[in-house]
Amino acid sequence: MTALPESARRGIAWRVRLARVTAPAALALVVFAGVLLVFGKNPIKAYVDIFGSTLGSAYGFSETLVKMTPLVLTAVAVAVPARIWLINVGGEGQLYIGAIFATWGALTFGHLPAWLLLPLMVVLGFLGGGLWGLIAGLLRAKGWVSETISTLLMNYVAILSLHYVVFGPWKDPEGVNYPQTAEFAPAATLPVLGQTRVHLGLALGLLAVGLFAFLLSRTRWGLEMRAIGGNADAARRNGLPVGRYVVALMFIGGGLAGLAGMCEVSAIQGRLRPSLSPGYGYTGFLISWMAGGHPLGILGAAFLLAVVTAGGDILQMTQAIPGSVVNILMAVILFVILGRRAGTR
Amino acid sequence: MLGLARGLLSGAIVSGTPLLYATLAELISQRAGIVNLGLEGVMLVGAVVGFVTCVSTGSATLAVAAAALAGAVFNMIFAFLVISRRANPLATGLALMFCGVGLSALLGAPYVGSQISGLPALPVPGLADLPLLGPALFAHDALVYLAAPVATLLWWVLFFTRWGLSLRAVGENPVAAFAAGRNPHRLQYQALILAGILGGVAGAHLSVGVAKAWAEWMTAGRGFIAVALVIFSKWHPLRAIGGALLFGGAISLQLQMQALGVPISAFLLDMLPYVLSLVVLAIWGGARRHAAPASLGRVFQGTE
Repeated sequence: MTALPESARRGIAWRVRLARVTAPAALALVVFAGVLLVFGKNPIKAYVDIFGSTLGSAYGFSETLVKMTPLVLTAVAVAVPARIWLINVGGEGQLYIGAIFATWGALTFGHLPAWLLLPLMVVLGFLGGGLWGLIAGLLRAKGWVSETISTLLMNYVAILSLHYVVFGPWKDPEGVNYPQTAEFAPAATLPVLGQTRVHLGLALGLLAVGLFAFLLSRTRWGLEMRAIGGNADAARRNGLPVGRYVVALMFIGGGLAGLAGMCEVSAIQGRLRPSLSPGYGYTGFLISWMAGGHPLGILGAAFLLAVVTAGGDILQMTQAIPGSVVNILMAVILFVILGRRAGTR
Repeated sequence: MLGLARGLLSGAIVSGTPLLYATLAELISQRAGIVNLGLEGVMLVGAVVGFVTCVSTGSATLAVAAAALAGAVFNMIFAFLVISRRANPLATGLALMFCGVGLSALLGAPYVGSQISGLPALPVPGLADLPLLGPALFAHDALVYLAAPVATLLWWVLFFTRWGLSLRAVGENPVAAFAAGRNPHRLQYQALILAGILGGVAGAHLSVGVAKAWAEWMTAGRGFIAVALVIFSKWHPLRAIGGALLFGGAISLQLQMQALGVPISAFLLDMLPYVLSLVVLAIWGGARRHAAPASLGRVFQGTE
């Protein structure tokens, strides 16, 4: 190979990398535009709505960060166990259980001051989601049920548990017939940034990503996880407690998703209600997959899908089409990446 | 008491039918060595296409046919990515599910609240008037009657035909199957087309046969239950009949208890099928601990 100056080579690498990101995104946008056209919607107006509303103003940008918060947490929730090839598809359920635990804290200890109540809710949220993940981890460590199946099934149990408490024991007596709990005390609300809805949960999410990166690259645990991920049998023969890692990582992953649930009830909803999550747990799985479990990649992919998700809410208002329609755009982006990745491998 | 038993049985059959079609769809995929988590999306597309066809043409038969076709075409996205582009099946499946959720919501939005007469009940002359269980067993729509025969047919095809043998060989070991002169890719495509057809029919039975309405995300996780049912029934089409009836029964029990005013929350009863599958899978896994799944791929290979 002819010797290119280092700077030029880096320039080419950057351009190639940029093309690799933008080409699939452009293709996905074209395909989604086609779908909208078929259904008689104006795709250009839809894109102006999606991107104008999410990136075009300081407020819109802040709303995108709000959407990004649970996505970062649910994505790390998948990436942590994925280090040893555990497939956690249960972020959705873990998020719900975390929210239920945190709500219990907010309703029971509402009289406590914020500096005491909020940490308590954070711990409860983590614990709730963690226990939900732990069950799947134990079943897997025993070799009884694959964690993919158990976490999937437990998602539904979790969602129904939430329905049970908001329609039953925790229903707001003053809420007429709305299935929701009473409003949380102000002390149970995470602090926000200025006039926006961006809340402390974003910092928790960034902290989780940072800790994850640190754990992987700088600790013995990260090394052992790499060993187990590389060859579980060899790791076991070398005396590594593989089963304990399975259980612990499922607990941590579940806990992080539970934290996302805690943030949503505390900062966004202000009470527990059924419309807690439009599938954040599943989106988190796809983000972690898109990023290959890489900490920085998770932030990038979470931001991209946050733009799409936040755009969906806008479309529902401006175009009178169901908000879940942006799921198509999200899926098409993934299809393009999925289809291309294998080709370059 | 008799009324309860009759309602329960009838309900188990009705609720079990879409589950059975979906389970058979997943079973074919997995026998070919491919896990399809996107079945939920395939069912939704089938449900909405079936419903829209029924509203616009008035023909339930046409609706089911359109749903089957739509399911097959939609599943081809998955097939292309996983088979031809060798994409990760789990991620592709989830993406397919999201795509189905969005697409069906878009397609179905103008039809929310539309009314259809749907699949007509076809009481079997003579049998439906039998005392005791006659009405529970013999007063259903055509798709219900066809479900168990389709499962039996699939069993025969998988275990007693050359094509079935080749398909199972591909699921066990594609390299060996290839060396033996089979074309793994073509067989897997064929399996996923069949799976798409069955998944579409499963969705259509929900919207055109049972609910006779369209609602966003009306499958409510049945596509995922089907994945569990495949393992529950040890990748065997005949055992899938029993499994689907059992799970249909759990859904039906919940409806019956509600109707009787038993003071148990509907939501707790709704959990039954999910908890039941988890418990059964755990007992199952515990019983053959020597075969503990070392990796998901191996669990899903459809080995027996």
